[in-house]
Amino acid sequence: MAELQFREALRAAMVEEMERDENVFLMGEEVAEYNGAYKVSEGMLDQFGPKRVIDTPISENGFAGMGIGAAMMGLRPIIEFMTWNFTFVAFDQIVSNAAKMRYMSGGQLKVPIVFRGGNGAAGQLAATHNNSTEAFYTNVPGLKVIAPSNPDDAKGLLKSAIRDDDPVLFMESELMFGLKGEVSDAEDYTIPIGKARVAREGDAVTFVAHSKSYWLAMEAAEELSKQGYEATVIDPRTLRPFDTETVLESVRKTNRLVIIDECSPYGGIASEVAFRVQQQAFDFLDAPIARVTAKDTPAPYAKNLIEAWMPTVDEAIAAAKKVMYAD
Amino acid sequence: MANETKKAPRKRAAKGKNDASATASEAKKDNGRLPTGPPKDAPEGADFRFYTEGGHTHESLGLSEDDLLAMYRSMLLQRRFEERAAQMYGRQKISGFLHLYIGQEAVSAGTIQALQPADPIITAYRDHGLGLARGMTANECMAELFGKIDGSSRGKGGSMHFFDVEHHFYGGHGIVGGQIPVAVGLGFAAKYKETGNVAVGFFGDGAINQGAFHEAANLASLYDIPVLLCCENNQYGMGTSVERATAQPELYKQAYAYDMTGAVVNGMDVFEVYHAMSELAKQAREESRPALVEIRTYRYRGHSMSDPQKYRTKEEMESKKNEDPIIRLKAYLVDHGIADNEQLDGVDEEVKQVVLESVEFAENSPFPPVETMYEDVYAQDDYPFIV
Repeated sequence: MAELQFREALRAAMVEEMERDENVFLMGEEVAEYNGAYKVSEGMLDQFGPKRVIDTPISENGFAGMGIGAAMMGLRPIIEFMTWNFTFVAFDQIVSNAAKMRYMSGGQLKVPIVFRGGNGAAGQLAATHNNSTEAFYTNVPGLKVIAPSNPDDAKGLLKSAIRDDDPVLFMESELMFGLKGEVSDAEDYTIPIGKARVAREGDAVTFVAHSKSYWLAMEAAEELSKQGYEATVIDPRTLRPFDTETVLESVRKTNRLVIIDECSPYGGIASEVAFRVQQQAFDFLDAPIARVTAKDTPAPYAKNLIEAWMPTVDEAIAAAKKVMYAD
Repeated sequence: MANETKKAPRKRAAKGKNDASATASEAKKDNGRLPTGPPKDAPEGADFRFYTEGGHTHESLGLSEDDLLAMYRSMLLQRRFEERAAQMYGRQKISGFLHLYIGQEAVSAGTIQALQPADPIITAYRDHGLGLARGMTANECMAELFGKIDGSSRGKGGSMHFFDVEHHFYGGHGIVGGQIPVAVGLGFAAKYKETGNVAVGFFGDGAINQGAFHEAANLASLYDIPVLLCCENNQYGMGTSVERATAQPELYKQAYAYDMTGAVVNGMDVFEVYHAMSELAKQAREESRPALVEIRTYRYRGHSMSDPQKYRTKEEMESKKNEDPIIRLKAYLVDHGIADNEQLDGVDEEVKQVVLESVEFAENSPFPPVETMYEDVYAQDDYPFIV
């Protein structure tokens, strides 16, 4: 095991896959000469040269579409978006082309492409730069969506995503690029897409939380533990497809579920998970499912407002106590 | 600043046309008339090419008599296929949108003749003609229109989404302009893999106003991609004529902004299309550079099957019928003693038969079994769908 930052784990995954397969290349804004807006691709231009590490102009629609065309011809592009906020101008390419090309062609084509970059709120950036885009994209059949919470999962899942023959959306976080964690140094380390990880086990309540929210769940669980309640924390890691079974297994034991999700509440990831659990484990539930999400407004700028807008540990603890009838 | 802005449409002011509608009608006339050489206001260094003067012979272009007959058959097959498809639409055998290519067949036939078989091509939703020209069978195309399992996309794509990857035809695309960046990606892959191929991306005159076109053109030039960005200017984006939609209705001039060759081609003349596409594809292949090719053409039918066509006059449509590319090639073949009317009628009969058989094939093909709905979504064969 080696301790790596999240960004280093992502880089390790890309470098290993590019060394392994010459059809893999990286393209995006500032990925080459600037060494990455968040230094994820630092050093990659030096290693692979400008043919395979390609700076783009600010043309998300254009270079997303280019990547799709390249993937249709058998290449395996990694398209870096500086953040997922900027994918709204590439939405047509991702939704109409990447996701649907295989279907519309009756299976003649595959689109083995990875779109990746920072997703979700990242501080006092106000409404345009604080979008959690998971729910928009998980709504689209044809896509796979991954949102890891730690460097080890980031590396193992990104390698799987690059090898996957379907379009994969890989959602990171600007606030987590510096996060350090132990990363497996097993040769050819991959983690299967679509499998959740049970990070902590307890019988009092189940938390489901991905990406940054996972850390919030873990903090809430530690605090609840001090108060005598042991929580299970499940990190789904992949959002589409979603590992429902792992959540159901836990809910059958704890009978209580809290979902923490940075998306807006209307039709977010939490809504989907809650639907599935009530549908498939209704009789096991001892309380209505609770969720902690961003507030139902655009993200504000002011420090106190954005703090109130984001899901918090206190809200997670309160939600857990509510479903445990311990409040 | 305000004064500066007012001055901006200098060309119009110079013509003494302050009235916007007069300017528009003048531009319209210009657009109908094919330019034969650089405009007086062409910026220095602009690389504009004009494939509009006509007068080619097959010998001068290096085409054999068999090549001509193959192009003639290709155009006729497209025409008869779509005429029959329109009839089947009327009989409600085909549903959804059906955008006919009738009138534009010289573009597909001339282009395909000019390209190498492995040069990847991609187009918008008016895609039947290019698909057939590239080698799709009438059977798989008609079955796709009928929404049957033997259709080219197994009944999942319909009229707007023909694909034939084996023949390097990367689709039919439904969102205006969305395929243009993808076209650049096809060319990017050809360059990356050093296949020596040139990608050709077609789009309509309406699509040139999409941001996707401008992003794609910039990227293609910036990265030296071998791709021909081919604007099939049929003069109407649905019901809106070019001069009502585009500030500079001479569309090829956009090439200058992206530092690439810009060409205008008479798309009603299959010789001219072949000539232009041969030269431009050769240049793109040798220099690994893009070009913008404006192919002036005309669709004889409405935008789709439900178009009352109030935006154009009967006179305009009649005058364009004199330019019918199929009739022109037929006249050439007869005048040059390459084939007589009887032989050419025989070609017509043969393709009509192929099309009739495609209708029968489509009729007899089963509808896709419902379980096929979940196929072809993912390459992963055990994807856990929500059911």
